[in-house]
Amino acid sequence: MVAAVIQVQDLSKSFGDNPVLRGVSLDVALAETVVIIGASGSGKTTFLRCLNRLEEPTGGSVRLDGSPVGEASSERLSAAQRSQFGFVFQRFNLFPHLTARDNVAIGLEKVRGMSRAEARALAEEELSRVHLQDHIDKRPAQLSGGQQQRVAIARALAMKPRVMLFDEPTSALDPELVQEVLDVMKDLAEAGMTMVVVTHEMSFARDVADRVIYMEDGVIAEQGPPDQLFGAPKSAGAQRFLRHLSHD
Amino acid sequence: MTIDWGIIGESIPLLAEGLVVTLQVSALSAVLGLALGVVFGLGSLSRSRPLRWLVMAYVDFIRGTPLLIQIFLVFFALPMIGIRFDEFWAGVFALSLNASAFVAEVVRGGVGSIEKGQTEAAKAIGMRHSQILVYILLPQAYRQMVPPLTNELISLVKNSSLLSVISVYELTRAGQAIISVHFVPFEIYTLLAVYYYVLIKALSWLSVQLERRLPTW
Repeated sequence: MVAAVIQVQDLSKSFGDNPVLRGVSLDVALAETVVIIGASGSGKTTFLRCLNRLEEPTGGSVRLDGSPVGEASSERLSAAQRSQFGFVFQRFNLFPHLTARDNVAIGLEKVRGMSRAEARALAEEELSRVHLQDHIDKRPAQLSGGQQQRVAIARALAMKPRVMLFDEPTSALDPELVQEVLDVMKDLAEAGMTMVVVTHEMSFARDVADRVIYMEDGVIAEQGPPDQLFGAPKSAGAQRFLRHLSHD
Repeated sequence: MTIDWGIIGESIPLLAEGLVVTLQVSALSAVLGLALGVVFGLGSLSRSRPLRWLVMAYVDFIRGTPLLIQIFLVFFALPMIGIRFDEFWAGVFALSLNASAFVAEVVRGGVGSIEKGQTEAAKAIGMRHSQILVYILLPQAYRQMVPPLTNELISLVKNSSLLSVISVYELTRAGQAIISVHFVPFEIYTLLAVYYYVLIKALSWLSVQLERRLPTW
């Protein structure tokens, strides 16, 4: 068996007295696309944020390629470790003062230590991959939501991460802009990127996921291939959640 | 009461000489105070607790003591430990140190008000805390810092009149020199008020122009 890229062991997180994650364990294999679904408040976003230590977990461990994440001895090392995870935010979080190109280039320059020219050339390449070659000099405010999210994906990919994490990447988009972002994500999955995606786009989960995880109350309540989880959910929670969705 | 118009006519060019010094002192102190203030402001947001405390203590001291005392400390006390300036540079130094504390607070407030998602996005691509401050948060805070920084600049220009007590030949001191010879306090102090007022109006106007020109997102 191929060693898992990410190994999560008994991860927990509480905000004050409020337990949000209550012991989540999960292995993600190389080139696997895992989609996490569940009602809001089920802990799926917190889980994702604990993987790259945007949130400090209360307990448990995360390993990336076998090395523990978050136990680095210096800020520099933990920052370098974090850049192994590409993270795409619900609200894009592009840097509004920088052009699309510089949004992508800044990490290459400041974190990877490339020269400015090198970083900008590579940024252009990454932006072409998400079909934004005609928008490189625009600021985020001059781009549509779908374009902004694609810049954000390019920014994450430029760092050559081992894994891509997507936190509800289409939830803040107008309906007609959702597909362009999903298409980019689908291409990425097909190209063999290891991905963990939190989303409410069930069609994406059905078409692209290798495995779907249903979370409820801070634990994994059920998981399996999409056909199984959508076709014949076993847990009462997943049945209820999916029934609810089809009525929306 | 009669107004001595003649002395006013004579004083206008004499005071202009003092005005030049006021402008020099203010410009130098503003640049130095801004540079130090940005460093201190970022220091107060640093991850290092001792550094944060040091900056906080400094800001607290400057805000908690009169500028006049700070000027005397720089002018009289520093030479006792071997640091010697002439009155002009002592004045610039004192005003800069004073302004830097207030600028630090403006920078801290401005940078601190930038939305949390910006820090998270920068962290996610592996940037370190200090890089996030300098390359991501500070540039986004420039525009909103202009009005409060203008207020600090205006205070600085007005405060520069205190340097007359250590014989810096700035605008106020130049006026006092005329008064001591001709004894025309009403005419000269009124004229000084007009000089300062016009100068500060001009600065306010420049600040609005600058704010307009800085980009919005």
